[in-house]
Amino acid sequence: MSGLILTRRWRLRARSSARDLRPWYRNESLVPGLAIIAVMVLLALLAPVLTPYDPIKQHLDQTLQGPSSAHWLGTDKLGRDVLARLLYGARVDLRVGFLAVLIPFAGGSVLGAIAGYFGGWLDIIIMRIVDVFYAFPLYVLVIALVFVLGSGESSIYLAIALVSWVSYCKIVRGEVIVARRQEYVQAARLGGLGNLRVLGRHVGPNVISQAITYAMSDIILDIMVIVTLGYLGLGITPPTPEWGSMIADAQEFITTLWWMAVLPGVAVVITGIGLSLTADGLTDLLSPERRR
Amino acid sequence: MLTRLKFVPMRLLQVVPVAFGVTLVVFFMVHLIPGDPAESLLGAQATPERVAALRQQMGLDQPLARQYWHFLDDLLHGNLGQSYTYHTPVLSLIGERLPVTLLLVAYAILLILVISIPLSILAASRPGKLGDHAVRVIPLVGLGMPQFWVGVMLLLVLAVGTGWFPVGGYGDTFAEHLWYLFLPALTMAISLSPIIIRSLRSSMLNVLESDYVATARSKGAGGRALFVGHVLRNSVIPAVSIIGVNVSYLVGGSLVIEKVFAIPGLGSMMIESIFARDFPSVQAVALFVAIFVVLVGVLTDVVYTLLDPRVDLTRRSET
Repeated sequence: MSGLILTRRWRLRARSSARDLRPWYRNESLVPGLAIIAVMVLLALLAPVLTPYDPIKQHLDQTLQGPSSAHWLGTDKLGRDVLARLLYGARVDLRVGFLAVLIPFAGGSVLGAIAGYFGGWLDIIIMRIVDVFYAFPLYVLVIALVFVLGSGESSIYLAIALVSWVSYCKIVRGEVIVARRQEYVQAARLGGLGNLRVLGRHVGPNVISQAITYAMSDIILDIMVIVTLGYLGLGITPPTPEWGSMIADAQEFITTLWWMAVLPGVAVVITGIGLSLTADGLTDLLSPERRR
Repeated sequence: MLTRLKFVPMRLLQVVPVAFGVTLVVFFMVHLIPGDPAESLLGAQATPERVAALRQQMGLDQPLARQYWHFLDDLLHGNLGQSYTYHTPVLSLIGERLPVTLLLVAYAILLILVISIPLSILAASRPGKLGDHAVRVIPLVGLGMPQFWVGVMLLLVLAVGTGWFPVGGYGDTFAEHLWYLFLPALTMAISLSPIIIRSLRSSMLNVLESDYVATARSKGAGGRALFVGHVLRNSVIPAVSIIGVNVSYLVGGSLVIEKVFAIPGLGSMMIESIFARDFPSVQAVALFVAIFVVLVGVLTDVVYTLLDPRVDLTRRSET
């Protein structure tokens, strides 16, 4: 996957000398970030209340209309209300984006913890597998996987899981290698605790914050993957409303009905800003020493 | 100087297991196809004879280990299979498409440098001031923009709206290539620059705090001379490695961008092949691109070593 992930956000933040002791609700990144995400999720959940239109049902007598009091954002080439598709599209894109991080988060973190904690051959084997998956550009592997697995939501989950576990694995492994040398871990091991218990109860809670922070950025990446697949015609199967395929459909009318291609992208950007701010805020709260 | 490149053979040796793994992944892709791959690739209308013929052609009737052995053997002989749609060797197709994608990626890297160096100087020269804040907002917005959408927006404003640039295609002469590829390369540069700006800014800030900059300042250097002579040179080095790491992202993105701007490169070949269910072509592009990215990684290490005398990869036991 791309180096995008490895760029350390916190390095470039304004230098702060003191540990951030403010409560979470005073954090200037986390609060607006969570607020943006909350609004997006609410818009998605309340879609049936906010619009009377069906996002799928075609009205071939009302195609390609401009904005009006009936259709605030006009209608697409099959006569479907654009606002309705935008709102219902949020349900699909946000759901898949949020759910898709779960498997790679869990799987990658566990493998990374094992590699970092036990070292030796286990580490070498796991990290060589990571290297192999890292060699493929994200979109090349995802597109190839979705092709072989067939289009549809479950293929997307599987393709993302197969591709993005490596980042969690790398992050957690690095953190565990550092933690393993710390006194509290040495003490726990000398105290006779089993490896599983040391990993789960002592190392785990101290290293997982990095993976959680990264997961926020990873959701952005996953949403990008979903809309890109949708744009290429390889994603969520039509006629399900989805932002990426909306942009693709609108591209041929870009000279006249330009907002139809612009707005789904704006929705992705706003979601991305919300998640980025949340990730920054979580970095402040979970690992203040990383703030720079 | 050359002694510092002693690590290269060792580094190339490390590539071998990765390349081997890449071939395994690409090979096993065909077995991820649900059901009978041959039947699935040909579609529902295919006659049993054609399915049987394809099964035999793909070697699916043989044991797995033998199939992989044949795959590797063919690969080492430069045989990546026959395209189902174009009925020509896949390798020659890749040969036609590769220069286009390479030019696009190189062009994008050039634009990234043109965009990010001045902006990061602006941010780092007056940290905490308006310019710095403005530059630091860019990543926040930039990282959340789908690349293809940026391309569509540029098309909307700079091609459809004003007619300044072509809507798509590749042109015939080299000058035309540069003209046609400007918007696609700019799209890629816009998506990656936030990351480069971020790291350039931070490395410039680190350099600005260093003793030799203090010395230069105390000797009276300041302003532009200080930035060009001392800060820029030393902060470009990390930028090289960051661009190197992100070549994978650029190449992956170029595949999608080629679709937006109808550019006849590897990416559009992959997408066309997918819709034609032309499996050997998809497999070959994936394999080719992955090996390319691995080799660029080695190249980045070489350039990094040559640029920065302090880097000594011969002493590094583990990468």
